[in-house]
Amino acid sequence: MSSIVTNSAYVVSAILFILGLKLLSSPATARRGNVISSVGMLIAVVATLLSEQILDWQWILMFGAIGALIGALAARLVAMTSLPEMVAVFNGFGGGASLLVGWAALFDGVSLVSAIAASFSVLIGGLTFSGSAIAYGKLSEVLTSRALVFAGQRYFNAALLAGLLACAALFLMEPSPTSVFLYALVGLALLLGCMAVIPIGGADMPVVISLLNSYSGLAACAAGFTINNNILIVAGALVGAAGIILTNIMCKAMNRSLANVLFSGFGAAKSASKVTGEANPISAADAYLILEAASSVVFVPGYGMAVAQAQHVVRELSDLMEGNSTEVSFAIHPVAGRMPGHMNVLLAEANVPYDQLMEMDDINPRMGSVDVAVVLGANDVVNPAARSDQDSPIYGMPIINVDKAKVVFVLKRSLGSGFSGVDNPLFFGSNTRMLFGDAKESISALVAEFSS
Amino acid sequence: MSLIPVYLAFVLVLAIFLGFELISKVPSTLHTPLMSGANAISGITIVGALTAAGAGDTSPQLATFLGGFAVMLATINVVGGYLVTDRMLAMFRKRDAR
Repeated sequence: MSSIVTNSAYVVSAILFILGLKLLSSPATARRGNVISSVGMLIAVVATLLSEQILDWQWILMFGAIGALIGALAARLVAMTSLPEMVAVFNGFGGGASLLVGWAALFDGVSLVSAIAASFSVLIGGLTFSGSAIAYGKLSEVLTSRALVFAGQRYFNAALLAGLLACAALFLMEPSPTSVFLYALVGLALLLGCMAVIPIGGADMPVVISLLNSYSGLAACAAGFTINNNILIVAGALVGAAGIILTNIMCKAMNRSLANVLFSGFGAAKSASKVTGEANPISAADAYLILEAASSVVFVPGYGMAVAQAQHVVRELSDLMEGNSTEVSFAIHPVAGRMPGHMNVLLAEANVPYDQLMEMDDINPRMGSVDVAVVLGANDVVNPAARSDQDSPIYGMPIINVDKAKVVFVLKRSLGSGFSGVDNPLFFGSNTRMLFGDAKESISALVAEFSS
Repeated sequence: MSLIPVYLAFVLVLAIFLGFELISKVPSTLHTPLMSGANAISGITIVGALTAAGAGDTSPQLATFLGGFAVMLATINVVGGYLVTDRMLAMFRKRDAR
């Protein structure tokens, strides 16, 4: 196949990628979009395989088969709660592949431009690879999920960056695929990825995965410049943009700047005003009476609900209430899960229809007319101190205003504070009722009341 | 100096703007599938990997090996990414279709 045909096929692939992403704008068409995007990928791969440049098939078949097998098994076996880890690993592999492509391309002849582009592929690809590996370790709790900070970290990182720049400069003066400085660049890029992710705590991982997602796209772009290939640049840029948008959304949802997430652990310097008061407990039987009479109920799930695997019994309760002609919806904070949109997938897995899933900005204006808001394993994202207490570390973070609902049920084991260690005045609100105990058992008790 | 890098940069800039337009229309409900789907697209680097791995005797052994390893990593990314995205999106149902 001549290069005209191959490149025309790449144009078709680019169109299909763009259409695929466009169809992702609605849950009704998203699945078709994903299929279209995968057809685009298939066309690009087949066109490349049929091009004049492929002379030897044995490596391709062997490594391709292994990769396809691993990918398919991972995609089939992964639990939906473990999606963040898996996406992190896949990001890392994409970055690693771009590193190798940039490096291998240097064997076909070196110009200054291709050497610069290869340095970028190696740098971004390497840092994506090792950064994702650390993110995987933290998310799967193989490594400690706490932020790891040590004395002199900043100096070490500054020295690391200086070393990287020096190696890149020395490599560019005499570019060669077997240059010692290129090897050093690979090593330092991998080290930089580790150093960049270890000081970031588990709760900030949604930002990190989004950012690594963006890097994996940028690495593909850089690899595209080394081999003069448009399709790598187009596809890489689309992914890079996606990652940057998601990173930005996650940062906004936590009211923190990207720099603050990347360079410091959770800043607990400010101390919030102590909250004291009398919490009003409620029994499952009384809670049932209120829910039974309610005409609109909003569930506010947090990651705690998913850990307790309570989403299935929650959906059961939601069905029973809908049968009782109550309007039920789920209000989802952007950082409710461990990656952007994670909570939506977990609820969809429990058969909650997507038209019941509400975004924070859509539910908040309507909160005043909601009869009962049920808080399930969420804490900081419903803490009204974020609106009112200027001394609170979470002040300014957008929250779901459950305290404005007529009645709030908080399902919780105790009055303990959330991950940020901030007291929650919601628990002592006059319209708040605490349903103490294991969330899953409490919901099961409510289901039993409704069924009897 | 050749103009090719400039043309490529031109494409890059347009694609970034297009990406921002497209992605900002994706609702937050679908952000996880968006991320894993985008992740699969970033596996496009497989195109470069295939070329490097299939160069045969025309290029040194090390280059072929690097390419082969890149093919494996990129294939995991592509195949796994698309399949898991499909698995997720299959779970998103409308109220009536339950």
